[in-house]
Amino acid sequence: MHLGITESGPVKGRRVAITGLGVVSCCGIGAGAFWEGLLGDQQQGERLVRDFNPLDWLGPKEARRLDKFAHYAIAASQMAFDDAASSSGSLDVAPEKAGVVISTGFGGLETFLEQVRIFNEKGAKRVSPFMIPMLMANAATASVSMRLGWTGPSENVVTACAAGTHGIAAAARMVASGRLDVAIGGGSEASIAPLTVAAFGNMTALSDDGMSRPFDKRRSGFVLGEGAGALVLEDLDHAHSRGAHVYAEITGAASTADAYHVTQPAPDARGAISCMELAIADAGLTASDIGQINAHGTSTPLNDLAESLAIHQVFGSPGPPVTSTKGITGHALGAAGAIEAVAIVLSIEKSLIPPTAGYEIEDSGIALDVVYGTARPWNPGHAISNSFGFGGHNGCLVISATS
Amino acid sequence: MSDDAIFEKLSQCAVDVLQVPPDKVVKEARFSDDLDADSLDLVELVMALEEAFGISVDESELDGIETVGEAYDLVKSKL
Repeated sequence: MHLGITESGPVKGRRVAITGLGVVSCCGIGAGAFWEGLLGDQQQGERLVRDFNPLDWLGPKEARRLDKFAHYAIAASQMAFDDAASSSGSLDVAPEKAGVVISTGFGGLETFLEQVRIFNEKGAKRVSPFMIPMLMANAATASVSMRLGWTGPSENVVTACAAGTHGIAAAARMVASGRLDVAIGGGSEASIAPLTVAAFGNMTALSDDGMSRPFDKRRSGFVLGEGAGALVLEDLDHAHSRGAHVYAEITGAASTADAYHVTQPAPDARGAISCMELAIADAGLTASDIGQINAHGTSTPLNDLAESLAIHQVFGSPGPPVTSTKGITGHALGAAGAIEAVAIVLSIEKSLIPPTAGYEIEDSGIALDVVYGTARPWNPGHAISNSFGFGGHNGCLVISATS
Repeated sequence: MSDDAIFEKLSQCAVDVLQVPPDKVVKEARFSDDLDADSLDLVELVMALEEAFGISVDESELDGIETVGEAYDLVKSKL
């Protein structure tokens, strides 16, 4: 990752190791179950997290004082922390050199809806004094820094469906710059409710039949998902000095805006193109170095078309293999990019690219090498993850096998 | 309502709101030290008591209420 550009060229930052993984998703809780889920069968309908008990991760009072999106964030972060600490028993980091960036799309929507109900039914005097600290979009990242006692930056980046990717990028940049030695980056979302289903449905954003079919000719919209993803990011030398297992590295990231329309991607995909190009350049690579694309691939007609044009423009034809794990996970909004980053890291670990569930019929307008059917072996190298959010926010991460 | 029934109901509110074991809710227990309750916890507890007993408690009446027993006396005085 670069820290800036001077007259003599880009200033390279420290290398950023990924040393811990945490994930809460509809297809599995924890990295092992999640990977099995990505290779498994697709569900139909909303992709709700099942069998999640917050008391497995939080004390009873802590659970009562936090919204579900913070429960997911704490669970994913604690898993990632425990994973990173497993080799040496601790992360061996000073609290002021450790920080958290857990993003979200909405924040504590379930809390908000419940308190609106109470306000309407019982009046102002019954509204919970904990409503604000539970619904605020920064509640998840705040709860993680409090739990770990980390006093470095604790922030979030609210960029709708690009938030998880931007969260990891921001955390990684702080490690690259030397501001932090260890950071947790990720995203969390728990906003599936009849109200949001109605709202996304009225935008014509949702799938007609509850099927997620990224890049398939029959795709009609996305399916809502939820959950959280978290990565422990660490100065590579710091990771080596404590004997940590290094899964992969964050080598590049970028952020751009379409500056075009609040919900539609720019038809020429300019923002997505420039974001991928900048992320690849940030990694000191060229497009031909990329061996896998984990696409935004929401299964909406417009996103998948615009993204395919952007990929074609950046990589040529047919370009590297493309997968969208949203066929399995649905679209977890502000958690999506973080869950997909975990998928890429596991893809590097397993030397397999997970298939795009739901993809069967080629769309003649989409000239991509879509991985579908079964997982495809690859020689782990460099992968790029795309996330694009309402508001025209674009985020890309380059994740590389460590050398 | 008997004194025991009042205490039982109050205790249930404290257990629900403060997420403490029932055996810790005794009249001598101090909210801050023994039940780990901060000021917002007490706001929520008062709401729960108002709801459970159908009473109204003014903020000024909470001055000096530090123990479960004092809260019990306040509730009882309003029934």
